[in-house]
Amino acid sequence: MTANNNAIVFDNVSKFYGEVLGVNRVNLSLPPGITSLVGPNGSGKTTLMNLMTGLVRPTQGNITVLGLTPDQPEEFFTRVGYCTQFDSFPKGITGYDFIYHSLKLRGRTHKQAHELAFEAMERLGISEAAHRRVAGYSKGMRQRIRLAQAIAHHPTVLVLDEPLNGLDPMARAESIALFEALGKEGLHVIISSHVLHEVDKISDQVVLMSYGYVVAEGQIHGVRSEVKEHPMQILVRCDNPSRLAARLFSQDHVVEAKLNSDGKGVLVRTRDADQFYLLLNRIVVDEDFALEAVAPADDDVNSIYQYLIRGGGGTV
Amino acid sequence: MSSIALARKRFEEAPWQLWTSQLVAILRYELRRCLWMRRSIWIYLLALAPAGIIALHVMFNRHFDLPDDTQVLGGIFQFYYLRLGIFFGCMGLFTWLFRGEIVEKSLHYYFLSPVRRELLVIGKFLAGFIASSVIFVFSVWLCFVLTYAHFGPAGRAFIFDGPGLHHLLAYMGVTVLACLGYGSLFLALSLVFKNPILPGIVVLGWETFHAVLPSFLQKFSVMFYLKQLCPITIPPDGLMALFTVVAEPVSAWLAVPGLMCLSAAILVFACFRIRRTEISYLAD
Repeated sequence: MTANNNAIVFDNVSKFYGEVLGVNRVNLSLPPGITSLVGPNGSGKTTLMNLMTGLVRPTQGNITVLGLTPDQPEEFFTRVGYCTQFDSFPKGITGYDFIYHSLKLRGRTHKQAHELAFEAMERLGISEAAHRRVAGYSKGMRQRIRLAQAIAHHPTVLVLDEPLNGLDPMARAESIALFEALGKEGLHVIISSHVLHEVDKISDQVVLMSYGYVVAEGQIHGVRSEVKEHPMQILVRCDNPSRLAARLFSQDHVVEAKLNSDGKGVLVRTRDADQFYLLLNRIVVDEDFALEAVAPADDDVNSIYQYLIRGGGGTV
Repeated sequence: MSSIALARKRFEEAPWQLWTSQLVAILRYELRRCLWMRRSIWIYLLALAPAGIIALHVMFNRHFDLPDDTQVLGGIFQFYYLRLGIFFGCMGLFTWLFRGEIVEKSLHYYFLSPVRRELLVIGKFLAGFIASSVIFVFSVWLCFVLTYAHFGPAGRAFIFDGPGLHHLLAYMGVTVLACLGYGSLFLALSLVFKNPILPGIVVLGWETFHAVLPSFLQKFSVMFYLKQLCPITIPPDGLMALFTVVAEPVSAWLAVPGLMCLSAAILVFACFRIRRTEISYLAD
């Protein structure tokens, strides 16, 4: 794999903790945008993030982030922000001091550090608690102050380990909107989360992990289309679903066509989505169906996760 | 390009301004933690205990003798401060600099900032060194003042016209050197061992009984250098001779740089060690 100054590159990376496998033979190249790391507990998501940021060293292989390594900390950590899963803080520190001190370590002047600290806290909606001790914060507030610290210096790579843990629904929605905005600003945002449907909405690409191995990676739709064992599910809503079901079922690539539970659509399982869409177009035009909606029903991270990791038996 | 020219180029291109501001930031933050954290209370008590005892002695004892009290102060300094007070004070302060952050799971914040880990070692060490020096130099000064203040004109004459001031400066200097030597040692130990208490006990044994070791090995003891810099010689009586005898004395001109070199070597080791340190709080 060649050096890439605009990507996060894992080149044949393995990490063993003694005899315990962390991750094994990981080859990845993550472009800008939002990337989700998905996998069950112990699958290696946190290890991958810790490797990326130099908190742990690879047993084998190389990692570069925008062409840099953690051995060049002055440049590396100016461009990288990492919100870890550790819900811990230096004893007795206030929220403001926590961010201010981290900015002072980045060589900022008092004025810059003060302004950036408040800017980050305002972005996360916790500026009112700035001068209170973090020990007295709720779990959600502690999560947000760590997020604020990770983004305060305006990094170009943001690594977030389970950033939605402990947040109430409102704060979750706000955080997701923030990640989405950061992704659109051209940042690399790497998120690990088990709240799949929330991550699914904002991810540009996904890395599925299981037992220390990368099971699948790429854009969600691309990964889904390569899971050959599980035909794609497509929900078609129209004025006459039973006639459409009968018409579709006669095709070879359609494995199953059944009426949706609400009786207003057909759930189709097909081995060839492209062929199916062409066929559907033809039928609608030729036979005068009034089509309301066509949407993939299992073209999301959750379904891919189920197929590939939760014993669905799929392979890419 | 020759290696010297390359090294010179690297030196000139190094971000000295950033490093300086980072060092100041670490120093200010860590110094505040060292001096004001609740954990430091026992170190203050350890440092001020002899001053309290001397104060009680001054208040309730009727018999005072300046040469005797000078000898007693010398004994308190050599037997209590050097071997117990500063030793355990530095143990508590310096091992907590890194180990405390691992226990509190907050070391990763430093590791995720654009600070060279070597700079972190230096910054934390300086903070611990300044804090321990301030605490113990002040307590030694207080002991000295309490010992001689009540002698009135005789005490003043001893301090300003006799050897008193030299004694005070020597005590303070040795205290600072003790903080330097023990501080570097305990900081390095905290990076090697998860529980630095047991190796600390081994070090205490080494420092106590170094006098019976071959002369080459004695040079790897902090106490070897400090003992010879003390202004008062304690008579080598019986078992106490183990603590006071200097088998192969070296001059102060060698003892001070010798201790500094030993501390520097230990700190260099700590810098190498921290570069390989990984964050795995669960294992700790």
